[in-house]
Amino acid sequence: MLRGVSMDAAAGQVLHISGSNGAGKTTLLRVLAGLLTPELGSVSWQGRPIASNFAAYSAELCYLAHSDALKADFTARENLAHEVGLRRTVTAAEINDALARVGLASCRDLFARVLSAGQRRRLGMARVMLTAATLWILDEPFTNLDHVGVLLLSDVIAGHVDGGGAVIMAAHQPPAIPRHAATCVELA
Amino acid sequence: MQTPIAQVMALIYRGDLVLAFRRWEQIAQPVVFLTMVTTLVPLALSPELGELREIAGGVLWIAALLAALLGLEFLYRTDHADGTLEQLLLSGQPLALIALAKTAAHWTASGLPLVLVSPLLAISLGVPADALCVLMISLALGTGILSALGAVGAALTLGLRRGSVLLSLLVLPLAMPALIFGARAVDLAIHGEVARGPLLLLGAMFVLAVTLSPLAVAAALRISQE
Repeated sequence: MLRGVSMDAAAGQVLHISGSNGAGKTTLLRVLAGLLTPELGSVSWQGRPIASNFAAYSAELCYLAHSDALKADFTARENLAHEVGLRRTVTAAEINDALARVGLASCRDLFARVLSAGQRRRLGMARVMLTAATLWILDEPFTNLDHVGVLLLSDVIAGHVDGGGAVIMAAHQPPAIPRHAATCVELA
Repeated sequence: MQTPIAQVMALIYRGDLVLAFRRWEQIAQPVVFLTMVTTLVPLALSPELGELREIAGGVLWIAALLAALLGLEFLYRTDHADGTLEQLLLSGQPLALIALAKTAAHWTASGLPLVLVSPLLAISLGVPADALCVLMISLALGTGILSALGAVGAALTLGLRRGSVLLSLLVLPLAMPALIFGARAVDLAIHGEVARGPLLLLGAMFVLAVTLSPLAVAAALRISQE
């Protein structure tokens, strides 16, 4: 599906993967995340192939897929405590702060199954924020978000990049990240 | 700081149990199945307790194995569907130990209720009180073996459309030795004989299954993402 794709992402950089439907954006992101193994070629992190040091790589990576990776029968708070708790110790105050930051403070005790698609996306983004990972790989992060949500998420991404993080995102529209111009990689 | 693996395993065990209790039908279904089968046997064969006692070990074991099989399909399917399985794979934690915690939670939610309800059903089939302890130990080990083997099957059939049929075909033949020794242990206990031998063999199978299955599950889960 993908041939001749080569890219680098540095600290403080936003990489925007674009392409028509079926061009392989999600496949590329899954390869970058280490969920798919390429038939040819390799993915390296800090100069080392991720296959040889996958545990260390995945500890520095956070992946937001099409699905928001939420348990429908967990509340918003429980979802964050569970998913983030897999990676690092997280406090209730941190969870409440993250929920407030993505505009879900009033929904923290609601089950994920009753949240709207946009609210679920915001909750997924709160998870990404809380993992404190260096590299964010985001698949269509603005899907289902309203205008305020898009601005909020763009601001969150800018904050992460300001702090020395890197973001690789697939999106149909060029993202408007405050203070940062995204480097575009077009898939044929 | 990365969460210690023991804490992660406790988190997954607790989380899976909370989810299981919120979807209580998954816990109730195997118990209802076991109760129905053991209730129907006297109606179909004979209400005579002496005759029922002779077949009680086999009936209880077959019904419990099939009942435990019912919930296996859901072990990884919902995680796969909602995307949380990918997050487990990317958590940077040892996947085999995560699989072990999930299997333990699955057994607690589906196998343990069968073990707890089995003495009541056994008494209704004329099993003497002396044999109930052996019945419970053998079923605890047997359902544990099935959960461990079933986890491998569930992980292998994850991406398949009709995975549940294949899951049964994969798991049941592997569970046959447990059925043979488990039913034999209960039969010996019903007749007042020592059931230590079959129980020890069952225990050895349990240790083997619980030790090796997490490694196989981890490999199968990685393959399922391809």
